[in-house]
Amino acid sequence: MILVEAPIFSVQLLIDGILIGAIFALAAYGMALVWGVMNIINICQGEFVMLGGFIGYTLSQWGMSPFFGIPVAFFILFALGWVIYLVVICRVVDQDLFISILATFGISIFLQQTMNLIWTSDVQTAESGLGTTFLFDNMVTVSQIKLLSFCIALGVGGALVVFMRRSKTGQAIRATAQNARAARIMGIDTNKIYATTYSLNAAICGAAGALVVMTWVVQPFLGLAYTVRSFMIVILAGLGNLVTVVAAGLGLGVAENFAGFLLGAEFQTAFIFSLLVVILVWRSIRLKRSRQVLK
Amino acid sequence: MTISPQKLALYAGLLVVSFAAPFVLPNLQVQLGSLWLMVVFALTWDIMGGQMGYNSFGNIFYFGAGMYITAVVQRDLYFDVAEYEATAGTVDMMTSQQYLTGMGLGLGVSAVVCVLFAVILGSAILGLRGHYFAICTLGLGIAAGEIAGGIDYIGAGSGLVTPVFPAELGDKGLFFYFLYFALAVVTFFTIKRVLSGRFGLAINAIRDDEDKAEAMGLHTVRYKTIAWCVAAFFLAIAGGITGNMIGFIDPIDTAFAGATFGVWMVLMAILGGKGTIWGPVIGAILFHIAKEFLWTYLFGLQWVALGVLIIVIVVFFPQGIMGFIRARWPELLGHKVDARITASGKEGTS
Repeated sequence: MILVEAPIFSVQLLIDGILIGAIFALAAYGMALVWGVMNIINICQGEFVMLGGFIGYTLSQWGMSPFFGIPVAFFILFALGWVIYLVVICRVVDQDLFISILATFGISIFLQQTMNLIWTSDVQTAESGLGTTFLFDNMVTVSQIKLLSFCIALGVGGALVVFMRRSKTGQAIRATAQNARAARIMGIDTNKIYATTYSLNAAICGAAGALVVMTWVVQPFLGLAYTVRSFMIVILAGLGNLVTVVAAGLGLGVAENFAGFLLGAEFQTAFIFSLLVVILVWRSIRLKRSRQVLK
Repeated sequence: MTISPQKLALYAGLLVVSFAAPFVLPNLQVQLGSLWLMVVFALTWDIMGGQMGYNSFGNIFYFGAGMYITAVVQRDLYFDVAEYEATAGTVDMMTSQQYLTGMGLGLGVSAVVCVLFAVILGSAILGLRGHYFAICTLGLGIAAGEIAGGIDYIGAGSGLVTPVFPAELGDKGLFFYFLYFALAVVTFFTIKRVLSGRFGLAINAIRDDEDKAEAMGLHTVRYKTIAWCVAAFFLAIAGGITGNMIGFIDPIDTAFAGATFGVWMVLMAILGGKGTIWGPVIGAILFHIAKEFLWTYLFGLQWVALGVLIIVIVVFFPQGIMGFIRARWPELLGHKVDARITASGKEGTS
């Protein structure tokens, strides 16, 4: 095993995994928000991420710094999320969960194909122009953009937590999540809160996507993998606890990096989706064990 | 079971139309054949999704597995891998007898293996409820495609060529049309028969309230697994036939085609009406026609249009055509309605 013989490889994979994991955690936090507040599993999560990435890419093509893409993607995706809420989501919000899964699945196909028409199916990336830091006698490389995007991801996440705790809107969102009916009675316009939540989620994903395009690549059809990653993180971490979400996100990033190294790059996607199946089955077995049976 | 004359006339009429269709419209034989494939898709999805309330995005797994297993059996029965790859694509690589035995055997093996898969996977996955099940099966379908794309024995990402249809057997389009047609008919009547008995009631009970069904003493896991096995059996055969008809298996675009067939089967069942026996058939026919129009007249935009179509069907028409008819004219479907209820219902809606 090369990992045991050369532990420095493991350090490299570990660092890369942790740095990318923060971005996964950001998208997952958005999914947990929508799931917890609106009881909708947003399948088009990954498409929002990709769209944010393409916005960053376009800006960099226009000669702007791709960092500028983070706020721009945030606001564009916020607006898009609002539109999607008004057109589709508000009609499925209080329906069967399967209906909303399928509806967001439809949105995901729509977005993915629209991106395919606009940006073609080529893999794109945006150069941030930052250098690379070498550690341990040049054995481990850390590109500064990954480090920076890690910090930005955590910063955005932290800002969100403060927003949810302190601001009026954040409190209203949490109240709606706890009991929508009671919140309505107390004078909260839950419809508007739902719209805000959904748009906020889209905006977070957009910002995450703008980070992805600088650290990694974007491509119209890579979205579903991000949805599945977010979903896994949320299942592992539970709804609405940022610390566990970040921990699960970092863990997933590390696991994925090691798997990609050990199994080969062609099995990396397979690994993500197989891991999803395994986690879900493991969860159901664990739940079954804790089931109380009268004898 | 007695069949009323009206029903007999309906079946006879459909039979005549189905037999005449490929001869009247010879240019559309392939499309007509895939129409029956769509019917099989919708029907098999509906056992799980409609009748049992287990919405699966991963039924495509059995389709792809059946396709690969059939092709591999056909290949390995008479050739070794290297020899096969050298001759693949040539016209006379197989005699018609070899072709038919290979295909028959392949379909049988794939059906059996896929049922085994369903039992094994079912014991793990069918314990999941609701949306967890839906997302887990979504992962299953995609993971299968990605894994198949990495295995060299079945051609990896570059795909697998299935045996060429031997010219002696006559018209390829007609052959596959009737194969699909036979499969669809057998599927329809098997499912109809299976659902009419105790089994149908049991899986409907699981859909309505699984905990209660379990508390009433139903072995829910057994029923769920059987339902998945029925779906897997027919999907495997459909996959095997499709692999032979297309002539080339791509792991993600034809075999484990979650983005096309995998989504369509859900849509067709919903469009026609979940949980009814005729709903999926009607939904499949309508959807297939609509899809062919989209592909012909909106080429380039067809996928975007498909996304919009999904949203429109799911958001605005979730009860489906049969559901709509049942709500509007319940007498047509043989539901007895109390006159007072109809009267009050009409007052309520107007």
